[in-house]
Amino acid sequence: MLYREAGQFKTSYQKDQAIFPIRQDRIAVWALLLAVFIAVPLLADDYWLGSIITPLLVLSLAAIGLNILTGYAGQLSLGTAGFMAVGAFAAYNLNIRVPELPLIVDFLLAGVFAAMVGMVFGLPSLRIKGFYLAVATLAAQFFIEWVFTHVGWFTNYSSSGVISAPPMHILGMTIDTAVEKYLLTLSVVAVLALGAKNMVRSRIGRSWMAVRDKDISAEVIGIPLLSTKLSAFGISSFYCGVAGALWTYCYLGTVEPAAFDLNRSFQVLFMIIIGGVGSILGSFLGAGFIVLLPILLNNIAAMIGHGTLQADTMANLEHIIFGGLIIFFLIVEPHGLARLWQIAKEKLRLWPFPY
Amino acid sequence: MSGERKIGDVILRCDNISLSFGGVRALTNISVDVREHEVLAIIGPNGAGKSSMLNVINGVYHPQEGTVTYRGQTRRAMKPHETARQGIARTFQNIALFKGMSVLDNIMTGRYTKMKRNFLWQALYWGANLREEIEHREVCERVIDFLQIENIRKTPVGRLPYGLQKRVELGRALAAEPDLLLLDEPMAGMNVEEKEDMCRFILDVNDEFGTTIVLIEHDMGVVMDISDRVAVLDYGKKIADGPPEEVRANQDVIDAYLGVAH
Repeated sequence: MLYREAGQFKTSYQKDQAIFPIRQDRIAVWALLLAVFIAVPLLADDYWLGSIITPLLVLSLAAIGLNILTGYAGQLSLGTAGFMAVGAFAAYNLNIRVPELPLIVDFLLAGVFAAMVGMVFGLPSLRIKGFYLAVATLAAQFFIEWVFTHVGWFTNYSSSGVISAPPMHILGMTIDTAVEKYLLTLSVVAVLALGAKNMVRSRIGRSWMAVRDKDISAEVIGIPLLSTKLSAFGISSFYCGVAGALWTYCYLGTVEPAAFDLNRSFQVLFMIIIGGVGSILGSFLGAGFIVLLPILLNNIAAMIGHGTLQADTMANLEHIIFGGLIIFFLIVEPHGLARLWQIAKEKLRLWPFPY
Repeated sequence: MSGERKIGDVILRCDNISLSFGGVRALTNISVDVREHEVLAIIGPNGAGKSSMLNVINGVYHPQEGTVTYRGQTRRAMKPHETARQGIARTFQNIALFKGMSVLDNIMTGRYTKMKRNFLWQALYWGANLREEIEHREVCERVIDFLQIENIRKTPVGRLPYGLQKRVELGRALAAEPDLLLLDEPMAGMNVEEKEDMCRFILDVNDEFGTTIVLIEHDMGVVMDISDRVAVLDYGKKIADGPPEEVRANQDVIDAYLGVAH
């Protein structure tokens, strides 16, 4: 009943093209932003902020990156973690080798380095598609991990092969508590997510989707395939690179190349499959699902199963239920949680009088 | 019906085009002129090489022999996205829309070559980029208005019936404001009413915007009605070229369509 757009007339194309054309949505989004910027830091403790919400946000950013490439431009990639590693190690090296640069510039340049590497590994995409391209990006994943493990320069010849993020300073402020790191991560993610949303509803986003849906007619309309695919690889890797830098600086603190192994790539890929391929919102929903659900199950299990079942049985049950839920949601809506959300909104507009 | 319209000079000339795929000769030594503002129909039995001809014109195929001269510029090999920039647009025989996008987005894609802002502007979606989006939205809305598809502009094209999809595809090509429009069987699989609509759109495009149109069509009634000139292909060779009445009376054409004892 509350969710009605009756009486909201759009009188300009600008209003019609807004991200949230319905007033109730706009109110909800502002409320959400207030909540995550003010309420969450006040209410959540350091454990939740530092170990759950911050990594959740960083993985959402990586999922946005992969969604640009796979969801919008249709180029399947398994190199996500590799590009994150490039961002992480680039930010670290810029930070210790060029200390004059502000930290935010380090993060952005880390993204740019990741973008360049991503574009190099995107070159085969002109010739190969689908699963074969996934195999080609797998090469990126293994190659990048190998380089950071074996070339000492990147880790500043650290004997353990591990890099430790130096203390962070932005505009004279030191960022070291969980709340500060959370707010930094949140700001970066919010700005970049808005940028991604804007790109996908602009010319470049339409060219990505055109290439995804029908490359021959995209080309006939004037969209050059190679540069469009490379732009998708570049911008996607930029997002992954910034995510990698945040992962190092705001979440882990010390990181080794193995933190960016193939499992991480798969994790991000599953996030966008469950959240919604070709949806910015889906990137967040998918990351939330993959990160939060196991914790939720764990807590439920601890509550009800305390003493009645053995711990290892419990752990296995959690895995079974988690897997079952993934299958359940994919059967209910193969296009992911974002589509489910969209259907719910469409239904809500008519509720309670669907006819 | 369109004898009075001023048909201008030749804007596209194909000289001695030969195209083969391995041992199969799709086109043999074909020369065709397209004059400004005219409607040229290419007809012929199945496998005559009509679609190959269109593919040669907009650069999807590169002929082994012969040249294509467009607006006085001779080219041998050019990519489709380059010919699009020169003002050649086309539709496909099998609908080739972007299934995951809305009607409006599909048509906006047609404006791709006219939009200039880079991706950083687009990430901001502010100022110059917003103005650009709105300016091109207005052009697309005129196309939508022209094709009478206002009510479905936000619908994903995958949900639309076949006839409307064909219309949207025409809209996408029109959004590019082409000088030369190539239509590959725009009326295939349509009922009489839809065909009439489509004929009207084609003639209106030709009249109002002065767009030169090359179309492939099997419905002879339609071809004879709307085209200024008809070129007939058979087995990759051109067997006739002229006004519809003349072509209809041509013995070679009748033989090609009805078959003849060899």
